[in-house]
Amino acid sequence: MEKLYKFLKYSFITIWTVFVVAPFLWALTTSFKDFNSVNGGATYIPWVDFEPKLEGWKVLIKSPANGGVDIIEPYFNSLFVTCTASLISIILGTLSAYALSRFTFKAGFVKNNDITFFFISQRIMPPIVLSIPFFLFLGAIDLLDSLIGLIVVYIVLLMPIAVWIMVDFFNKVPREIDETALIDGCNPYQAFFKVVLPNSIPGLIVAGMFCIIFGWIDFFFAFILTFTEVQLLPVKIVALNSSITPWWSLSASALVSVAPLIIVAFIVERYLSKGNLSGAIK
Amino acid sequence: MNLIAENLSYKPEEQFHLNEVSFNFKKGNLYTILGRTLSGKTTLLKTIAGLLTPDSGSMQFEDKDFLKVPVWERNVAMVYQQFINYPHLNVFENVAFPLKQRKVDNQEIKDVVLKSLKSVGLEGYENRKIQELSGGQQQRVSLARSLVKNAKILLLDEPLVNLDYKLREQLREEFKSIFSQGLSEESIVIFSTTDPREAMELNGEVIAIDEGKVLQVGPAKEIFENPKTLKVAEISNDPPMNILKANIDSNKIKFEGIEVELPGHLSNLNENNFNLGIRASDIKLSEDGFEFEVELAEISGSETLLHLTRGDTKIITSIEEVMNFNIKDKIKINFNTNKVYAFNESGTLASSPFGGSYV
Repeated sequence: MEKLYKFLKYSFITIWTVFVVAPFLWALTTSFKDFNSVNGGATYIPWVDFEPKLEGWKVLIKSPANGGVDIIEPYFNSLFVTCTASLISIILGTLSAYALSRFTFKAGFVKNNDITFFFISQRIMPPIVLSIPFFLFLGAIDLLDSLIGLIVVYIVLLMPIAVWIMVDFFNKVPREIDETALIDGCNPYQAFFKVVLPNSIPGLIVAGMFCIIFGWIDFFFAFILTFTEVQLLPVKIVALNSSITPWWSLSASALVSVAPLIIVAFIVERYLSKGNLSGAIK
Repeated sequence: MNLIAENLSYKPEEQFHLNEVSFNFKKGNLYTILGRTLSGKTTLLKTIAGLLTPDSGSMQFEDKDFLKVPVWERNVAMVYQQFINYPHLNVFENVAFPLKQRKVDNQEIKDVVLKSLKSVGLEGYENRKIQELSGGQQQRVSLARSLVKNAKILLLDEPLVNLDYKLREQLREEFKSIFSQGLSEESIVIFSTTDPREAMELNGEVIAIDEGKVLQVGPAKEIFENPKTLKVAEISNDPPMNILKANIDSNKIKFEGIEVELPGHLSNLNENNFNLGIRASDIKLSEDGFEFEVELAEISGSETLLHLTRGDTKIITSIEEVMNFNIKDKIKINFNTNKVYAFNESGTLASSPFGGSYV
């Protein structure tokens, strides 16, 4: 019985791993192929099945004048917009989540839960509904096609995630910890920064991870709200798709674009395995 | 210079958490707030700490309007029933936290913290993480943290309730010695508990509280011997005092077909339909006693608790040894009439074996 269980467990893990890893391997090999190797049937092993070429990767850094797409600038634009928007979202979201978790608000029939729902409701609407007001709004303040404009929009999109996760997290941190800090001589700000925040690092990491992922993978708003001046990575990658689909450079760009998320995932995984995420409170 | 409160009331919703509570706490004394769960003990302690603002009433301490002083300037210390520490700090840092907050010199912090950890028996644990400690040790850390501050007011909110039996006994002893040696003439210690035995052992001034109302204030012994009302008798006895509807007829107490001689201390009682109070521990098994039926028998520690019925009358007795009974067993019991209490119909103490009366 024990053996059968073990066998099933490892079989399942193996199948799952193949499912997860295979596309990446496929993309990796494809990125080193040229037109002939891609169209010459399925081949897998470089130097044996096909001759590896760097053409796919070179296209990514060549200027458009030389037939490339030059993703370097969009890449850094994307990094900058995602990181800035995530950081601001986390800061604002954490502060408002703490307020929503610890203080009682009442404005007529509007109470804490309604305010929390208001934040989350921003994510309920389909993006297309938001796109027109965002477009008009950014147009009105002259921030269309700019990094700042994108950051503003992404904060609107990411902050609800941060609020949502952090409200839940703060609700699990015993109120008595804040109270003890107050009794021990902290004013409410010191209690938050010296005691509550250091105990909320796991929550901050999870919220930050979600913000970065959702910010990084957004195509829709990056596509609608930018034209020529500023471009983000997802939009640029799609622009690769011309009359002939360049599978090799598409694969290369796909790998390059998931790289930051893989790095984030590894860092979080390290943190998870140290047990810091689960055992922080109690 | 005392901590004086007048008519503190707090009613966040339908129910009173504090109902016109007044007290006068003197420095150098230990006060025990005794009451059931949800009786308002924690609310009272939090109000004194400044974590809650009452709806009405006033509080004075050291010639200051205490309600206007924010928590972080009140110089109070509090130990919660849940073991509350700062999970991100180690034991030493936890205890040092209030001193660091006061910007005390580092060397002095070290001396004071180590001394305090020693006094709660946690020497050598300075660098441990809080999560690595057992419940009792965690509670000692929070006790040490509350002691280092030399707070003017030390609040202990059922600090022993979440500990296992052995540890509770042990820590209670330690509390007693810490209070007796460490309690300065300058500070007030307020200890809340649901356990009457704990209140008696700590032997301070007891404040019996129920539904946010102070029912009786007095030395532990006095509360135990002469409970002012049925409610106080209920709170100050565990298992609760048996209360039976009884009549007096021709120098006999009668209830449920049982007749016993009227004891001397009840001879002035001429009331019919009074409430007869008998402590569970004053009821003994006896061959020539009255027959009751066992409804439930539970062994707790070294004693056996019996829930007995006779007609509509239900009583609880505790027997000082471990015995096995079956449900529906018929057993005979008797009680010492010299130890019974009488409360009048409205529940006020009419006569106690110790001579108290509030009628």
